Parts: sequence; C-alpha cells; structure tokens
Amino acid sequence: MSAPILLSLAQALLVLLGAPLLVGAMRQLRARLEGRAGAGIAQPWRDVAKLLRKVPQHPDGTGAAFRFAPLLGVACTGVAATAIPLISTRTGLGAGADLIAVVALLTLATAALALAGLDTGTAFGGMGASREMTIIALAEPAILTAVFALAAKADSTNLPAIVTAALGHGARLASPGNLLAAVALGVVVLAETGRLPVDNPATHLELTMVHEAMVLEYSGPDLALIELGAAMRLTVLLGLFSALFAPWGIATAADPAHLALGVAAFAGKTLLLGSLIAAGEVFTAKLRLFRVPELLAGSFLLAVLAVTASFFLA
Amino acid sequence: MSADAQLLDLAAGLFLLAAVAILWRRDIRAQTTWLAAQGAALAAIAVILGADQAHPELYVVAAGVGLLRAVVLPALVRRAVEARAEDRESAPLINVGASLLAAAALVLLAYTVAQPLVRLEATTAARALPVGLAVVLIGLLVLVTRRKALSQIVGFLLLDNGITAVAFLAAAGVPLLVEFGVSFDLLLAVLVLRVLAARMRAVFGGSDLDEMRELHD
Repeated sequence: MSAPILLSLAQALLVLLGAPLLVGAMRQLRARLEGRAGAGIAQPWRDVAKLLRKVPQHPDGTGAAFRFAPLLGVACTGVAATAIPLISTRTGLGAGADLIAVVALLTLATAALALAGLDTGTAFGGMGASREMTIIALAEPAILTAVFALAAKADSTNLPAIVTAALGHGARLASPGNLLAAVALGVVVLAETGRLPVDNPATHLELTMVHEAMVLEYSGPDLALIELGAAMRLTVLLGLFSALFAPWGIATAADPAHLALGVAAFAGKTLLLGSLIAAGEVFTAKLRLFRVPELLAGSFLLAVLAVTASFFLA
Repeated sequence: MSADAQLLDLAAGLFLLAAVAILWRRDIRAQTTWLAAQGAALAAIAVILGADQAHPELYVVAAGVGLLRAVVLPALVRRAVEARAEDRESAPLINVGASLLAAAALVLLAYTVAQPLVRLEATTAARALPVGLAVVLIGLLVLVTRRKALSQIVGFLLLDNGITAVAFLAAAGVPLLVEFGVSFDLLLAVLVLRVLAARMRAVFGGSDLDEMRELHD
C-alpha cells in the first residue's frame, strides 16, 4: 500500500479512537462549568465497551433499514474521515476527496438513521425522523452554498486542493467571504451534529428531542455503533471546519515530523472547537423547533452572501 | 492585494454582516448591539479610506461617526427599549425566514445595479460599493416590514448607515460640514422619534403602528 492510502487509513483510525474522547472531554467541561464532578473523559469509551458486550436485540417487525443503519453511519463517517485532509493534504482518495461527495456521505448516514427511525414503526421514531429530515433539508443548501464560496477561490471542489490553496495564501483566510462562510458553516455544523440550540444532546424529553427520538429503539452493540457514529460525525465536521477555515498545521509534506505536527494540530483544534461548543451550551437554551428554520435560513443567507462576496469583493 | 484593501474588505464584510444580523434577531436589544458593531465598522471604513487616500480630515469624520453611530444612537434606542419590557420583540410583518431570503435577493440586486458604478473605477472602495447599497435596501426592508415604532427607528438608522457608507466608498465622504449636518439631523430625528414613541405608549398603551391606521375623535 502506498503512503497516501496509509495516511487516509490513519486519519480514519484517529477519528475512530479520538471521537469518544472528544465527546467525553466536552461532557466533562460542561459538567465542571455547571458545578458537577463529571464522569471523566474516558466515559464514552467505557459506555461503548459495555454496550458492545451485550446481546444484540432487535424489536419485532424491523427489517434491513433498522439493522444496517448503525453500521452505515459509522462507515460513511469513516470514509468521510479518510477524504478530508485532517492531518495531511496528501490523502489517498485523490480526486474522490471532493467536498460535495463528503457532504453527500454525511447526509447518507443521516438518511439511513432516519429510515431506521421510521422502520421501528413507533411514534417517536417517526417524529424524530421527520424532524431530522426537516433540519437536514434546510441545512444542506446552506452547507453546499458555503462550500461553493470556498471552492470558487480555489477553482476546485477538491478538498486537498482547497486546503493547499488556503495554506498558500494565509491572508486570504480573513477575507469577508471566508468569514461569512465560516459563520454559515458553523451554524450548519451545530445543526448537523445535533447540538444546542438546534437539538439538546443531553435530554431524553420526548417532546423536544430529535436525534435521540430516532435511536430510541436501539440497544446493545447497535447502540454502541450509533453513539460511536454520532461522536465520529462531530469530530469529522469539526475537523472539516478547522481544515477549511484554520488550516494551519496540516502537513503538506510526508515526513514524520510534519505528520506529528499535523496530528497534534488536528487534536488541538478539534478540542478547542469542541470546548467552545461545550462552554457555549452552558449559556444557551434550546431553540423552539419552529424557530430552527429561521436559524438555518439565516445561515443560508450568510452562505449566499459569502458566495457573492467572494465573487465581487476579492 | 494590499493590506489596506484587505482591511477595507473586512470592514465592509462586517458592515453587511451586522445588517443581516439585525434582520435575523427579534430582540431589539440584540439589534442595538449589532447596530453599534455596524457603526464601528463604518468608522473603520472611514479610517482606512483616510489612511489610504491621505485625507486627514476623514479621521475627524471617523471619530464623529464612530461616537454617534457606535455609541450614542444605539444607547438611545436601547434605553427606550428597556423603559418597557413588552416592546422587546420587533414583531415583523413577514416572518424572519422569508425576510432573510428577501435580503439575499436584495443583496444580489444591489450587486447587479452597482455594476456600472464599479466599472467606472477599479479601486477596492468602488468594488465594496454594492455593500453600502445592499445595506440601504436591507434598511428599507426593515423599515417597511416591522410594526413596532422602535424597530422602525432601527431600520431608519440602518438605512442611514448604508447611505453614509455609499458616500464614503464612492467619494471618500461628503464635505466635513455636510457630514456633521447630516449627523446632527440624524441625532435629532432619533430623539424626536423616541419622544414620539414614548408619547404613543402613553396615549395608546403600545407602540404598534398598525393600530394607528384610523382617526378617532
């Protein structure tokens, strides 16, 4: 196997191993800020290990959609992790590492989960799926438009090309187009990962939950995969955000020193963004579901402005 | 691209972002915070243009604009809001999502109609001109789609910020005397509107302008 492919696999492994730790660190920070002791950074891994030892259970009448959604979620996010230049721009997917493809992969994972929610036939599963689809349908145009603002500058939708171009022109990162796109994408990342103010990851209150409503029927190893997939999704999206708007430290050469720096920079940036989200969540309330479209319309508008600004201003 | 041009682009971007944020937020107090940010961005535009074109008097204008639009006017509106808690929400006529999409269309319109102006001169200031026009249009949108008197004041200030930005970007500002005259007018207009809003509240018990369509004896 050639070096770029090994690098891609290393990225996927890093995301797989690091994602629960990131979630654990975010929960720990939030607990401390709220005056609780917290369960420790490794708690999500302990949860996953415990769930994996249990006997698989499937509700009566569920079919393939329910069975394969957790696997598909982890697999899609894993492939996305190999495509995004998280630690090095020399990833193994070449022309396949396309922004639109990555967005499509992440959406496929969500769609699979929504189908699984419908497949259970329970009221909560259907409600969660319908809410998730509403949010995704509004978030998708915003994410694609924001991405076009960045792609227009690099003349390519290839992720490594965009990141390499951004690394070459450091000052370009502070352009108005980039700032607007960063705000737009930031809102979308919060919506796609089910964080406050769109969805509350800590609640199991039936009337408000979105993501948790879809996965209510899962237990044992399937639930472990779902939790792992959600954590990986958060890590991948934060990694994508930092790679696009703060690409410093991503290795462009293949020597060990640069790669070590790339890993450290990736861990540091993701942890910093995660801490910002966790600290912000202490002070935010969940938005009413009917106000969520407003938030996402605002994000879409900012993305449109980012595209116009990157065409006309700079 | 020089550092000056980059800074000007950045200030123009912040200027536009503040206009969008005012349209986005319902709470008038949050809107005043963004109004202050927009005033600061406007002052920054004046300072950058002054440094770029070696116009020392622009610094004086920038100081005046910054004081008035980033500090005094937002503080006046905020004090008026805090006098009465029920007036905090801006009560838009069309929902926020639709007005945000309308704003996207308005921005594109501003870019399209400003193209002949931009082609006249290939400077960074001229290329940022559509931002000023877009803020004028967004200000007009806020002015016509909000019911409460106070949020209409916010729309009026947004409109005027846009006009001033166009003046700065197109002609490096109007003469000093005119600029101060306009600023003084603006201050008086806001003070009068505030008094008017307070009177409306005292007489009608609310500042919803829709309730004032008919004459009573």
